[in-house]
Amino acid sequence: MAMRVLVGCKRVIDYAVKIRVKPDKTGVVTEGVKHSLNPFDEIAVEEAVRLKEKKLASEVIAVSCGPPPCQETLRTALAMGVDRGIHVEIGGKDYETLQPIHVSKILAKLAQEEKVDLIILGKQAIDDDANQTAQMTAAVLDWPQGVFASKIEKMDGTLKIQREVDGGVEYVEAKLPAVISSDLRLNEPRYATLPNIMKAKKKQIAKKSISDLGVDITPRVEVLTVEDPPVREAGAKVESVEELLTKLKDLGRI
Amino acid sequence: MASSRSRVIQLYKNLLYLGRDYPKGYDYFRTRLKSAFMKNNDVTGPAQIEMLLARGQYIIKELEALYLLKKYRALKKRYSSEQ
Repeated sequence: MAMRVLVGCKRVIDYAVKIRVKPDKTGVVTEGVKHSLNPFDEIAVEEAVRLKEKKLASEVIAVSCGPPPCQETLRTALAMGVDRGIHVEIGGKDYETLQPIHVSKILAKLAQEEKVDLIILGKQAIDDDANQTAQMTAAVLDWPQGVFASKIEKMDGTLKIQREVDGGVEYVEAKLPAVISSDLRLNEPRYATLPNIMKAKKKQIAKKSISDLGVDITPRVEVLTVEDPPVREAGAKVESVEELLTKLKDLGRI
Repeated sequence: MASSRSRVIQLYKNLLYLGRDYPKGYDYFRTRLKSAFMKNNDVTGPAQIEMLLARGQYIIKELEALYLLKKYRALKKRYSSEQ
């Protein structure tokens, strides 16, 4: 039985960009900043495409929630080999307060609409580092979850998932349908080349609005402030061991 | 197969696209890419053109590997707790 796979694609600020906090501390500067597909989602997309190439998956669908530029993010996923995309349009104020719980409800709804057998998501996004969406999606659907997967093997009707845990490797078996989140070492994602991006323009991206899905996206969490991490204090050079000891004593460390 | 002229142009376009992610910036990459292509402006031998096209494909592979590794290392540094 070939699976239908749903993958999540979040549009985030590119990993190589230096993040700047807005002066009013309400968030980070996103205007005019390079965005790309969340690297962990890229790994999820790659895994789904590999399942398809091994004929274990029949169709791979990518979903992105957010403003119109998310279509470019979806295009990257399509260029990597995803069959079609779904763009859930959420703009402006609603997008600023969109939380993992809302995204997980959207994904769950789409998973039921599209009758998918497997959802693969990145373990976290590199912008909010929430690491919640996969777990919440599994909870909303009441499906088994295999998070931080570093290897996925398909057995008969189940998946054997290798997970990286502290101090070793853990194996879990999950019955389908299931939700998986990808760890960094699951695979090496391919590059979306220009010819493939061009070919991907022929692929279909369906637009959906939040009211079509009937998901409530009123914010549950309020962001109070966003601040820069503390700057590391400069060190000082000492001439001798004695000086080092007196300095450490002054600081009360010894 | 397409003419070697269109293949060279396609190679140039593909490389330019890759240059958008170049660590030293797009402008740095573009000027160097252009001069590298202009240097072989007067090459006419079909065998030699084939050789240069193959070299271009090799560079595409190398760049893809470079970006993959750079991204992997950056993420590993950010998200691994070891040391």
